[in-house]
Amino acid sequence: MIGHVLFFALAAVLLSAAIGVITSRNPVHSAMFLVLAFFISAGLWLLLEAEFLAIVLVLVYVGAVMVLFLFVVMMLDLNLTRLREGFARYAPLGVVLSLVIVALLANVFWFRAQDTPLMVTPELRSADVSNTRELGSVLYTEHVYAFELAAVILLVAIVAAITLTMRRRPGLKVQDVAKQVAVRREDRVRVVKMDAEKE
Amino acid sequence: MVPVSYYLLLAAALFALGVTGIFLNRKNVIILLMCIELMLLAVNFNFIAFSRMLEDLVGQVFVFFILTVAAAEAAIGLAILVVLFRSRRSINVDDLDTLKG
Amino acid sequence: MENVYLTIVLAPLVAAIVAGFFGRQIGRAGAHWVTILGVAVSFLLSLVVAKDVFIDGAEVFNQAVYVWAVTGNLSMEIGFLIDPLSAVMMVVVTFVSLMVHIYTIGYMHDDPGYQRFFSYISLFTFAMLMLVMSNNFLQLFFGWEAVGLVSYLLIGFWYRKPTAIFANMKAFIVNRVGDFGFLLGIGALLYYAGSLDYFTVFAQAEEIQATSVNIWGDAQWSALTLACILLFIGAMGKSAQVPLHVWLPDSMEGPTPISALIHAATMVTAGIFMVARMSPLFEYSTAALSFVLVIGATTAFFMGLLGLVQNDIKRVVAYSTLSQLGYMTVALGVSAYAAGMFHLMTHAFFKALLFLGAGSVIIGMHHVQDMRQMGGLRRYMPVTYATVVIGTLALVGFPGLSGYFSKDALIEAVHAASLPGSTYAFWCVLLGVFVTALYSFRLLFMVFHGKERFDQHTRSHLHESPWVVTVPLILLAIPSVAIGWLTIQPLLFGGAFQNAIFVLPANDTLAVVGEKFTSPAGFVAHGFTTPALYLAIAGAVTAWFLYLKRPDIPARLQERFHRVHSVLDNKYYFDAFNEQVLARASRFFGGALWRGGDQGIIDGILVNGSARAVGWLSGVVRRVQTGYLYHYAFTMVIGLCLLLAWLLTRG
Repeated sequence: MIGHVLFFALAAVLLSAAIGVITSRNPVHSAMFLVLAFFISAGLWLLLEAEFLAIVLVLVYVGAVMVLFLFVVMMLDLNLTRLREGFARYAPLGVVLSLVIVALLANVFWFRAQDTPLMVTPELRSADVSNTRELGSVLYTEHVYAFELAAVILLVAIVAAITLTMRRRPGLKVQDVAKQVAVRREDRVRVVKMDAEKE
Repeated sequence: MVPVSYYLLLAAALFALGVTGIFLNRKNVIILLMCIELMLLAVNFNFIAFSRMLEDLVGQVFVFFILTVAAAEAAIGLAILVVLFRSRRSINVDDLDTLKG
Repeated sequence: MENVYLTIVLAPLVAAIVAGFFGRQIGRAGAHWVTILGVAVSFLLSLVVAKDVFIDGAEVFNQAVYVWAVTGNLSMEIGFLIDPLSAVMMVVVTFVSLMVHIYTIGYMHDDPGYQRFFSYISLFTFAMLMLVMSNNFLQLFFGWEAVGLVSYLLIGFWYRKPTAIFANMKAFIVNRVGDFGFLLGIGALLYYAGSLDYFTVFAQAEEIQATSVNIWGDAQWSALTLACILLFIGAMGKSAQVPLHVWLPDSMEGPTPISALIHAATMVTAGIFMVARMSPLFEYSTAALSFVLVIGATTAFFMGLLGLVQNDIKRVVAYSTLSQLGYMTVALGVSAYAAGMFHLMTHAFFKALLFLGAGSVIIGMHHVQDMRQMGGLRRYMPVTYATVVIGTLALVGFPGLSGYFSKDALIEAVHAASLPGSTYAFWCVLLGVFVTALYSFRLLFMVFHGKERFDQHTRSHLHESPWVVTVPLILLAIPSVAIGWLTIQPLLFGGAFQNAIFVLPANDTLAVVGEKFTSPAGFVAHGFTTPALYLAIAGAVTAWFLYLKRPDIPARLQERFHRVHSVLDNKYYFDAFNEQVLARASRFFGGALWRGGDQGIIDGILVNGSARAVGWLSGVVRRVQTGYLYHYAFTMVIGLCLLLAWLLTRG
């Protein structure tokens, strides 16, 4: 019972947050709604006993990706009125398509699935089962190559993002450590010999 | 607890909202990216729900990878966005209809 | 000998190429020297060949020199057939061509297209030799078309003159009609005999005769009759027989040497030669022979009548040529092929002579061709006068001259014939003699005798033509006088053509004539007992009376019989009919096809239509490629929906 209550409450908040994301005037608000949606999702994933992923979602998405989003949104000087032009123009089409998708999926998940395992409530697992341990034991054995590949993808993403955004502005005063290290005494100090002045 | 299909329906609704978001915010690339995040989240819901139902962890491994790729995608997408903004002073999709830089 | 034959053919071709492509480099003199040299070589070698054939009695040479293509059982070759028939033609063609080459030096003296002209006439000589020396239908057709092409080029030689262009178009198109029949005839023979080689086809003549074909309805035709009539339609075009004769008078728009060489002596006789060459085929088809006979007789008489009302000196000679070609055709029709060839040969000499004489007059008159502005020229141009008199006497059949022998033998042969239509033909050729004499002497009297009707200015420039003009005239006058006397016995009755011409014993009209023949002198004596000679004399006297004694009578006759005159003046309305009915109908038909088929279907629907369809389609497809990110996103989402719907509703 408490599961039902929790689920419906979280689901309601999640959908509201999603609506907020897509309807907010201000991209900053959208981003904040998305953060909320991620938090709620993490809660729902906890209900599904996927504790590790729930934590990762919060840490990676809320902590890193969404911060990046906010950072970009705030850094760019956006002309919001132009971006909102024709906001509702395709809305009917979008709503209709969304309803079609929901109807089609509901047809499968709900009406056709009345007597299938989909309608069965999974048993709760005992408290001493560690989702993290289980996931880790699979990830580092069976899926180790995919895991490594994921790491490489992340690395590539880092390099790509930096390359894309990096630019050298002329006349910028920056430290060049290599030059600092390579400097020699002769370049910096000039010893001038001169006779002592006599009074 | 609730049956798996509840989660699936929730995910479907979430996905549909993402789709609607694309139609609504068709001019704002940042919000488009956010809508894509929403849709990915819906997909992840499905994976986790099925993983729970089938007692199979591969679903969760998939989610793990999806998260990874989505993070990479967000990073690169935003980087492109920044570069774009620098050259065009705009992220309006209407201004981005040529292949020339 | 093969090399000799090749040299005969190729020498004029090489000369034509040199004069045509390098005319600028070798200059005017170079052009006429190289072409005259080429033709002279051909002529001398032809004489050698003729001596070989007639005097030494060499075997018939029939051999392919080059195989052009082989498809299945059909071999397409270039080969030579040298027998008395081709030997005669080779000598005649090269001799007249040589005379015309020399004459041209004088006639075309001031023409800017001098080298071009020499190149053309040399090329013509090559083509004509290919035609007469051929041993198969393919090469015959090549020569046939090549002479037609050169004829076209030469009629339109003065290409800035609209009437010349009209005339060469006319000649080309009328000849297309004939050539179409010719090609169909060759095709029919190829279909039934399976070969292009003369002798292979001839050997099967009787079998082809026995084959019958259905053209339309239930009428059964002998395949041979059909093929022969089709071949003769080709001859009708080339040899200007009614009703395909209309191009020949107009071809007089070309320079006079051409009229002499191509449109009197050689090319127009190609049809006669071809029928004689095909005698083994024609012999088996009485229907085809009758057809030939009637067409020839009609041409001989009615075209001669037209000569009476013409005032252009060259046109009179042209109608005379038509009439004489009709005589030759009549000879073919009564199976007197040898007589036809004999008349062809004598006619080649005296008609070339007459044309060149007319050309000499035209030079003297500074390119005035209207006989009403001439008269009394004999005092100014004695050599021309003398040679033209010889030509005229030969043409009308003065006893002892060449034309007398050939024409009289021919008339006798017609008299002896018993084919359907031979009575009609006999009367046509007999009355034709009177008409021939009348127009010939009319020309002679109007040009050389009587009052001088030209102005003072012309008189001051009037003089005899240069030697390059008169020498060919004299050289042509010699055979015009003598060739008949010398060659009638071997050619007609001595069996010189027996290897080349095949005559069924039942049709052999010349044999009937030959029974009475003893010697040339006897033949001349015999002539005094036939009506032909007296008709000729009557014609000459009538001409003298009408045009010298009482020059006012022709005008009054013209008034009295103005209906008859206008029929003759309009050439029996052949041209009017062709222009008003045939040409207009085909222009209308062509216009309809052009507008409906070409512009409507091909241009409108197929070409522009497909371009427009592509344009429309790309216009539609282009809208898909907007460049807007969200359009692509929308498309993806919509596609996703459709895919989902399809997957879920599938089953």
